[in-house]
Amino acid sequence: MEVTTGWYLALGAVLFTIGALGLLVRRNPLVMFMCVELMLNAVNLTFVALGARLGDLGGQIAVFFVLVVAAAEVVVGLALVVAILRRRPGATADDLAVLRG
Amino acid sequence: MELAVFIISAVIVLVGAVGVIASRNPVHSALFLVQTLFGIAVLFVLLEAPFLAAIQVIVYAGAIVILFLFVLMLLGVDRAEDWNVEPIGGQRPLAVVAAASLLGILLSVMLAATDAVTGQPAANEAIDPEMSNVRQLGRSLFSTHVVAFELTAVLLTIAVVGAVVFARKVKGELEPIPELVPLQDEIAMTRAAAADPDEEVTH
Repeated sequence: MEVTTGWYLALGAVLFTIGALGLLVRRNPLVMFMCVELMLNAVNLTFVALGARLGDLGGQIAVFFVLVVAAAEVVVGLALVVAILRRRPGATADDLAVLRG
Repeated sequence: MELAVFIISAVIVLVGAVGVIASRNPVHSALFLVQTLFGIAVLFVLLEAPFLAAIQVIVYAGAIVILFLFVLMLLGVDRAEDWNVEPIGGQRPLAVVAAASLLGILLSVMLAATDAVTGQPAANEAIDPEMSNVRQLGRSLFSTHVVAFELTAVLLTIAVVGAVVFARKVKGELEPIPELVPLQDEIAMTRAAAADPDEEVTH
């Protein structure tokens, strides 16, 4: 039995769904960030799988840029989390429903 | 052989992903995330993208997860979450339903798409099996995608400056934080106000 592109795409879909479910269910902002990373990785896997299938380097280039943007996003996001949790220790995503202090 | 590697790494990836969302302790979540990222790296090798596999391990598992762990330890938020509290009623069943429908849509689209692709090889940036992966990626990044590549440098600089601005200690006294009404109470108050229009509710 051969591993076709469909297998990778299905794995990517399942991984993306797990990430989305975690984002909806968990309330710790840091764990929610990790779920975003899961979803980004699922999309990366899809890009590389389809790139390999079509013999296109563009898939790998796209993943490269996704990695860079993900790193930037994590840096800014974690700085925000640090700033919020310093003033309001133990805050969950539900406590941040309003935009004041 | 390829099948065995795929199945093993797929299991590693999925177990790690479930571990991320199912661990009560955020530190365990971060460690499960490392497991998932390693599994993805193995799949990249299987898909003949060794450079991406390397930066997946170095950047994701090596830098991003360590950053997560640093923040967890720095803030001391590494205690287990209480799962019995459900602030929005029916949130979890709804989330499961939403995720299940998302999975159905994604699977149907993706499995249809594998049959629908033309199967024609890429016209402008074909993968050349003669040239090494790193060399080819480097050529493409510094010729075709050079503008985007330079823009990522700007993006990273902005991200670093933004992080420093956000995370620095504010000088002087902070004004006290107004005590937040818990969501449940707020909803109850709104309902009470709706039921009894004579009473004014001030926020």
